[in-house]
Order: sequence, then structure tokens, then C-alpha cells
Amino acid sequence: MEPLLKVDGIHTFYGKSHILHGVSLAVGRGEVVGLLGRNGVGKSTTLKAIAGLVHPSQGEVWFDEQAVTNLPSHRLARLGIAYVPEDRRIFPLLTVLENLRTGLDRHGVTKARKTELVDKVYAYFPVLGERRNQVGGTLSGGEQQMLAIARAMMLEPKIILLDEPTEGLMPRMVSLIREIIDVLHRETVAVLLVEQNVPLTLETCERIYFIEKGEVRHHAPASELRVNDAVIHQYLGV
Amino acid sequence: MTQRRLLVYWAGFTVIIALLIVAPLVLPEFWRRFLTEILIWGLLAMSSDILIGYTGMVSFGHSAFFGLGMYGAAAALLSTRPPSLWLALAYGLVAAAGVAAFVAYFSTRLRDIYFAITTLIFSQIFYVIIFTATAWTGGENGLNFRRPALAIAGLFSVPFDPATLHWFVLAVVTASYLLLRRITQSPFGMVLQSIRENEARTRAIGYPVERYKIVAVMLSGVFAGLAGVLYAIQNQFAAPDFVFFLVSGEVVIYNVIGGIGTLVGPIVGAAFFLLLREGFSRFLTEYYLIPVGLIFIAMVIFLPQGLLGFARRWLNR
Amino acid sequence: MEIPLDQILIQTINGIVTGMILALVASGLTLIFGIMDVVNFAHGELFMLGAYVGVLILAASGNFWLALVGATFLVGLLGGMVYLTTLRPLIGRDPLTTILATFGVSLVLQNYALWQFGPVARKIQEPFTGHFTLFYLEYPYYRLVIAGLAAAIIGGLWLFLKYGTYGIWIRATTQDRVMAQAMGIPVPWVLTAVFAIGSGMAAASGVLFGPLVGVNYAMGTDWVLKAFIVVVVGGMGNLGGSIAAAIFVSLLEAYASLVVSPAQSVIVSFVVLILTLLFRPTGLFVPTPK
Repeated sequence: MEPLLKVDGIHTFYGKSHILHGVSLAVGRGEVVGLLGRNGVGKSTTLKAIAGLVHPSQGEVWFDEQAVTNLPSHRLARLGIAYVPEDRRIFPLLTVLENLRTGLDRHGVTKARKTELVDKVYAYFPVLGERRNQVGGTLSGGEQQMLAIARAMMLEPKIILLDEPTEGLMPRMVSLIREIIDVLHRETVAVLLVEQNVPLTLETCERIYFIEKGEVRHHAPASELRVNDAVIHQYLGV
Repeated sequence: MTQRRLLVYWAGFTVIIALLIVAPLVLPEFWRRFLTEILIWGLLAMSSDILIGYTGMVSFGHSAFFGLGMYGAAAALLSTRPPSLWLALAYGLVAAAGVAAFVAYFSTRLRDIYFAITTLIFSQIFYVIIFTATAWTGGENGLNFRRPALAIAGLFSVPFDPATLHWFVLAVVTASYLLLRRITQSPFGMVLQSIRENEARTRAIGYPVERYKIVAVMLSGVFAGLAGVLYAIQNQFAAPDFVFFLVSGEVVIYNVIGGIGTLVGPIVGAAFFLLLREGFSRFLTEYYLIPVGLIFIAMVIFLPQGLLGFARRWLNR
Repeated sequence: MEIPLDQILIQTINGIVTGMILALVASGLTLIFGIMDVVNFAHGELFMLGAYVGVLILAASGNFWLALVGATFLVGLLGGMVYLTTLRPLIGRDPLTTILATFGVSLVLQNYALWQFGPVARKIQEPFTGHFTLFYLEYPYYRLVIAGLAAAIIGGLWLFLKYGTYGIWIRATTQDRVMAQAMGIPVPWVLTAVFAIGSGMAAASGVLFGPLVGVNYAMGTDWVLKAFIVVVVGGMGNLGGSIAAAIFVSLLEAYASLVVSPAQSVIVSFVVLILTLLFRPTGLFVPTPK
């Protein structure tokens, strides 16, 4: 069966800088896949290319067996790709509920379903429920991270791209993130996780790709890496 | 710049100047006057290029500098008998410099859009002042005066005829171009261009960016005022219409059409625009600005570097 | 110099009336600037065209309200088309180019109006006449109605932005265009719509203001300048700020006209702008300087 997401030989440029040198990877339906690498190797850029925030100069992206390379990001969101950026980027002057509504207010979603989705999110993130009318910019870092993920979930996506969700979070929050990834997995939402936090990645992912200098250099099942972490040291220098 | 390029450049320059010198002898009066006006507007546009093309500051205030140069010259020409050319130049340049200093003080600390809007508003302030101070400025009707002679006190006095006036304007404009070219290639000019490229970095290196900007505005203003003086001498009247911000807008159009950052480009742009206007107005009487405006919009979208923009690097060596 | 109290009161009302119309024009301008960083030089011409379309519809139908709605809608559509043809191609380029492009558009529209309608001013009849006695003056009801209508339209806009789905789309796009698009919001259409809405509001102001002065091709120029001042003084992109600034500046000008000639009272707004730029460049009515 074809994977849900297939990235084939993506090259991107930033001005004259050649950032991605032919990245290829795949994510199956409902799979949780990790992307590890040092700072600045192109992990975030890979996610951005998939989400349509960056347009590849070469290469192809396939989603749900459709060619989606170079489609604008709003089309990709409607097709089922949700993106949670590294700096969260919730809408600072919108309330928590309004932030959720940016993903919720789509065609074909009934009022009942909307209420259902919102209630579900409040169940997973009670703090958001408490602060539903509070303006986004006044939330703490951890709360904003929760909101960013919750907002992505409002799209009822087939895959969520998470860019370093645990960065700058307290350990208590980190385990919350792990729970959320589990929840998503249970609901057969695929996850492509970019992280610096190796233990979290090993625990939640089924397969892991390693990126160095804009290319995928290694790819292994997490089970193997849990036992033999030499590869991890090689690519992350930890 | 390689020897060969330098040679080509100066050869081209000489040819053009030669043509312009010969022009009044062969052209009918209407076109002679038209050419002289192109030179004057070209000078105005060139002065604006210092700000737009070299420092990266879009100014809609040049009509104020131009207008004050014009009125300054008018004041001089109305105050002495016989009217003195040098006094007109002096008054006009001082007036323009004064206005430029005033505008520079308030606007240079602002960035981009705010700078553009503020300079626009300053044009309008001066327009309103000139329009309403009827006792001094003749208000709506402007001022009329006689043309001065080319004279050096005590030595000689030669009244201007169409040809000599043209040559005088040509000499002033050419000298201005050479001077401005020298300035843009000097260390000062380099700093201005560095401000255009990356203001934050220029500031970080340690340059007092605000001061450079103020000098740039004043430099630009003085040459704009010079154009105003020439206009007053050529046409023998001054009117508030020239201070209205639409004139500034037209100047910016000349810059964009001709190619910013080239000094010569704006002159070409002025010529192009004025010729277009002349051409269209023969067919469409008063509504020539419609097709001209459409062409301008199309150029902004499709040809943003302007007519001479491709030669920018070349012209600046 | 003694200025009688009744004159002051009359000017206060005048100032508020003019202020509300200015607020309506300025809110369109600030909405457009806030969401796409475009300084719309052509805004005054959209105001002027709105008035002219109003004249035409009024002449054809005899109904002022139809003229108001029709002009708003038609000029709004025109605004959308202007955006699609001249501003959309400029996305991602130097912001200077948008100033130039809209300036070019204003030239074309202004001369188009001159060509089609001639230099003589037209008149829009007020929808109803009738005065009430204010001191020694007969003060027309219509003026108060204009202020009320302008306030209603702005109020409607505010409600739309705050509560409607599309309102949230607009606000999200204004705050973070990239993430708005990543959330599935069709940003290119939002931008077009906002430009159209801004244009429509300018047109509505033109129709409302029409009966007060003559409608002619140059009426936009004064207004666009004042609207810019108001937008800067109020804080660019700040809707509430521009409304407050509009009323503030108009009141000051109304009072100034008691002492100097109307042509000179415009200097008041210039001075306010200069002071704002010197001391509070982010806007007089913005709570905390950013």
C-alpha cells in the first residue's frame, strides 16, 4: 500500500543558499515517524516544504496518492496536512477559542461536530478550556504549545507535522506532549515529529530518519535504535 | 571600470552633449523649449534619485524644494532692477536648502512609508502656505517677473535668447550631473548606498545614519531647488501648482520609468514621460494621463528596474 | 477675542459629523494597511467614484438609499478588480512598489472621472430635508443622519470582524499571514475581499458626503491626505485608533475654522501629524508604544 506521505528528492533554496539537497522520506497512514538531526541541518525546512510554506525548486511531494508539490498551504491544510511550527505561532490577538476556530470553521463541518471537537480538545487540555476567552498572547509558553497543537487538531488532519514541540517546556509538559502523540496515534492521525529530545522520539516513534546537511543519511526502526544508540551519537553528537 | 568601458561611457556622454548643444540651432522653437524643459525636469528627477535610488528613501516632497527654489528666485528677480541672475540663484538655493533642512529634521528619523507620507504632507503644508499667503506669494495666481540677463556685474550683460538660455540650462544640468556622479561615487555616496542596502547593518558598523540621511535630503533638496530656479528663469512665472504633491508624484514616476539609482535614468524617464504626454495630448486632449498612468502601472509591475535599470551597475562605475 | 458659545457648539457638531465620515474613509484605509501593508493612494479616488456612481444611480432611480448601497457594492467590486490586477502581482516585492502602483491607479481613476463626467461639479440631493433650530441656525437633520449612518457602518464592520467567521479569518490573516494560510484560510481571497471592503467603505463615505459638497473629480485628493494623517495619528492598522483620531482631528479643524480661514485650518491636521510623529510615532491613541 502506498504511504500517506511521500517526499522524493526535495531541493530548496533560501536566496542563494542551498538548504535541502534531495530529501526523501515516507510516512504511512497513522504512523509516527521521527526526524532527528543537529541544529540547522534542514529539519524544519523539510516540514515547511511538506506544509507548503516553502516551495521546492526540485523534487516531488505526494500526499494521499495525489501530487501536491507546490500547492499553496491552504490547499494542503484542506487536504489534511496540519503544521505546528517551531515557535508555536498562535494568533496573539485572538482568544483561545478564536484560535481554534481558525481550524474549525471549514466547509462541511456541522455545528454538532464542531462542538464535539472543541469539547474533546478541552478534555485533553483542560487549561485551554479554562482560558477559552483569554487572548492567545497572554498564555504561557506551555499553554501556547498546547493551543498550537489543539488548533492543528481542529483541522481533523490525516497527518500532523510537529516541529520541536518540547522545546523550552518543563518536563511535566513534555510528558503531556507524549500523551498527545499517543492520542493522535490511536486516532490514526500520522505524525511526523522533528525533535531534539531523543528519549521522547525513541519512545513515541516507530521509525526515525536522520538528517545531516540537508540530506537524509540514515533511516532505522526505533526498536533497533533503542538497543543500539551509536547511530544517534553519530548524527546528533550527544 | 575597465579602460574600454570608461572610454565607451565618455564617448557616449560626449556625443549626447554635442547633440544637445547643437539642438537649439536646428530645432523649431517649440521643440527647443520642450528640450530645455526636459533638462530642467530631468534635473529635478535626478535630485530625487539621490534619495530614492541611492539612499533608498522614497520622497514625495520634492515639489516643495522645487517650488521654493522657484519662489526664491522669483523674490530675487522681483526685488532688484535689473533682475540679477546670481541673486536669483542664491535666493532660490538658500530657500530650497532651508526647506530641505526643515523637512529633513522631522522626517529622517522615520522609516519607509512614514517618511514618504510625511514628505508628502510637508509638500502640502507648503502648498497651503503659498496658496493662502496671497500678499507675499500672489496666491493662486502666482508671480510674474522678467527674465534676468546673463551678467557679471560691471563686466558684461547679455540678455538670454532661446539658444543661450538652452546652453545655460544645459551647462548647469551637465555640471550638476557630473557633480552628483562624483558624490555618489565618493565615500559619502558609498555610505548612502550601504544605508539603502541594509540600514541596520550600516548603523551597527558605527555610521551616524541619521546624519547621513539629513545630508542626503539637503543635497537632494538643493539640486531640486536649482531646477526650480532654472524653471523660473525659463518661464518667468512661479505658481503654487508646482508645489502641489502631484508634482512630486510625477517626479517619482520619472525616476521609476527611467530607472532609479542611475542618475541618468531619471532624466530619460522625464523625457519619456513628457514625450508620451505630448504625444497623447495631441490625440486625447486632456485625458492623456489615463494611458500614461496605465503605462506607468504596467512598468511598475513588469519592468520595475526602469528603462535604464539594466545598465545601473555599468552607469555607476 | 470672544467666541460665542453657540458657535463653539455648532462647530463641535460639525466636527463630529465630518469626523465620522473621515473615520469611515480612514477605517477602510487602515484595514487595508493592517492586513497587507499597502498604502492605498487610490483610496480618495474610490471615495470620489463612489460619489459619482451614487449620482448616476440616484438620477436613474430617484432613491438615495439604493444609490448608497449600489455605489458601495459596485465600487467595492471595482476595488477587488484593482487589487487583482495591480496589487496581487506585487506581493513579495518592495513595499515601495505598492505605493507607486496605487498612485498610478489614482491618476488613472481621477482622469477617467474627469473624462467621463467633466470638470463641473454634480450634486447629490439629500434624501430628506428638514432642519431643527440650533441657536440661531437651521441645522439640517441630514448631517446628523450621516454621522449616525457612518457610525452604524463602522459598528457593523467591528461586529463582523469580532464575531463572524470571515471576520476571524481577516483578523488571523492580519496577525500572521503565513500561519493563517497554513490553517486552511484562503489568504489570497481574504486579501482581495478586504481590499474590496475597504473600497466599498470609501465609496459609501463618498455618497454620504456628496450632498454636503459638490461631487467632482478632484474631491478625493483632499480626503486621501486627511485620511492618511488620521491613519498615522491613530496608529496604522489600528481601527479604534483611526476612528478616535478622525474625530479628534476634525474637531480641532472645526474649532480652528472659527479663528482662521477654512483653507488654512487644514494646517491643524498637519501640525497634529508632525507632533504625533515626533513624540508618539506609533500613534496617539495606541495605549502602549510598541
